[in-house]
Amino acid sequence: MLSLLRHARYVMSENPVTGLAFALFAVFLLAAILGPLIAPYDPLQSNAAMALKPPSAAHWFGTDQLGRDIFSRVLVATRLDLTIAFASVVLAFLLGALSGVAAGYFGGWTDRVVGRLADTIMAFPLFVLAMGIVAALGNKVINIVIATAIINFPLYARVARAEANVRREAGFVEAARLSGNGEARVVLGHVLPNIMPIMMVQMSLTMGYAILNAAGLSFIGLGVRPPDAEWGIMVAEGANFIQSGEWWIALFPGATLMLAVFCFNLLGDGLRDIIDPRKRT
Amino acid sequence: MLKILLARLATAIPSIVGVVVVTFMLTRLLPGDPAAYFAGLSASPQAIAEVRAKLGLDKSLPEQFVAYIGDLLSGNLGNSLSTGQPVVTEIATRLPASAELTLFALILAVGIAIPLGVLAAVKQGTWIDHLCRIVTTAGVSLPVFFTGLLFAYLFYYVLQWAPAPSGRLDVFLSPPPHVTGFYLIDSLLAGDFEAFRGALGQLALPAISMAIFSLAPLARMTRGSMLSVLGSDFIRTARASGLAPRTVIFSYAFRNAVLPVITTLGMVFSFLLGANVLIETVFAWPGIGLYAVNALITSDYAPVQGFVLTMAVLYVALNLVIDLLYGLVDPRVRLES
Repeated sequence: MLSLLRHARYVMSENPVTGLAFALFAVFLLAAILGPLIAPYDPLQSNAAMALKPPSAAHWFGTDQLGRDIFSRVLVATRLDLTIAFASVVLAFLLGALSGVAAGYFGGWTDRVVGRLADTIMAFPLFVLAMGIVAALGNKVINIVIATAIINFPLYARVARAEANVRREAGFVEAARLSGNGEARVVLGHVLPNIMPIMMVQMSLTMGYAILNAAGLSFIGLGVRPPDAEWGIMVAEGANFIQSGEWWIALFPGATLMLAVFCFNLLGDGLRDIIDPRKRT
Repeated sequence: MLKILLARLATAIPSIVGVVVVTFMLTRLLPGDPAAYFAGLSASPQAIAEVRAKLGLDKSLPEQFVAYIGDLLSGNLGNSLSTGQPVVTEIATRLPASAELTLFALILAVGIAIPLGVLAAVKQGTWIDHLCRIVTTAGVSLPVFFTGLLFAYLFYYVLQWAPAPSGRLDVFLSPPPHVTGFYLIDSLLAGDFEAFRGALGQLALPAISMAIFSLAPLARMTRGSMLSVLGSDFIRTARASGLAPRTVIFSYAFRNAVLPVITTLGMVFSFLLGANVLIETVFAWPGIGLYAVNALITSDYAPVQGFVLTMAVLYVALNLVIDLLYGLVDPRVRLES
């Protein structure tokens, strides 16, 4: 643990960008937790007299077509966006890691079924498949989570399979088996914890993609519905005003979304450097 | 050669089967009762039952699946509720618009990413290497619909360099006579340079937005693969033999390094086809992505399902082409099979 921390400090000092990404992550986390408490205005409160006002001291990010304060909306949306992304990543991890570890450990038909399933999902352009899934399951936020988890499933399953396959004959696995543990116990209690660090890296690497995907789906009108504040849908609302020059409605939620994805991508790279130095690029 | 071709074609069959099974499942998953949807809002129970029988939804799942395959083979993807037109013809008329945009974006992405990746590897640690890293990290972080909007604002509203983000051609210009369906090619064939310039102007912003989004994996892979090839023994030998640096880099290193880059094209296409939907929405581009989005808004499911199936089949076909290309570029793959 101590050596890991020392290594983490070394990676941070080598790459200050990772430190910046961690700081940014903390800011997003705070915004997600405290958002509704610290927002200066009610994110749903419209005010016709203040509609379409550019950024000012009172409204840092300006106001939208209904006079709602964009700063408050962007702030409050953090929680929804991060929750969708986080929930989908956790779901993808649960589905992907469990089936992938089983596939890698047991081999045989389990491996074939999981492999075929992953291949079938990968045969689609992923965003298009997500669209199809949300359209079929119904236009709800929970279905965005499910769709995003499904399109991320193959990544998790493949990594988990490869890592479990390498460890199948490892000494600690043999020892666990010899001391009378059942197969399920060996897989869940010994193999899975051993590949957890790599799965954590995978989770942080896919988090940015999950945010992007969820925002893209709500941009085309799937999942989140107005008047709820969410970055993708706010950009979609602002899109109608770009041609008349009201740039702030789309810019601020879009830039925040971009910053969040950027932060998670850097964080993923940094975490990988710390945990899995072989894969450093 | 024919044998190899057939063997490669056979590898696409499981993907196609998977795609068809999944799209069939998606058509059965529709929220609520699909028959009620297709019968319309104010349909009587009797009308719904009729629609159900007409759609074959009263049969068992295997029977429905067989009927679905039959429909697909005869090119029947159902009718759009809002226009009443067969989905197949509507998708077919819109496909060239999407294909032109996507291919143009791909050419741009490859044209920027590969030189950038090669330069970053050759001049490792210099400013161009850092530029490559920034571009690749920023590229995948940019929400493509946001970049598109930003470009539209900057180049249309502020600078007025680009035409209004509304479709493939200005309303004052007439589209060139239909030959390939690609406005750029058709207008050149017709010798209509005004239409060519107009079409290019409309195409530029959406294509650039898509290219920026999708060039990251290409540039990253080119750089990584060039670096590993440049570090290998045969390059050292080539250098030691006194070959010109240009020959070493292009004839020796690049030809070997390009192989993994070709495999990432599959991922790039996945990105591009997804981004296509969002970009068409932003630029009111009359392709199949916008068609699907408009159908989604009105809960018109047949076009959405047709769209997902078309995209998936296209994607499988593109992956097949990439596979064949790989065999063409790498003689070793040909020998193995």
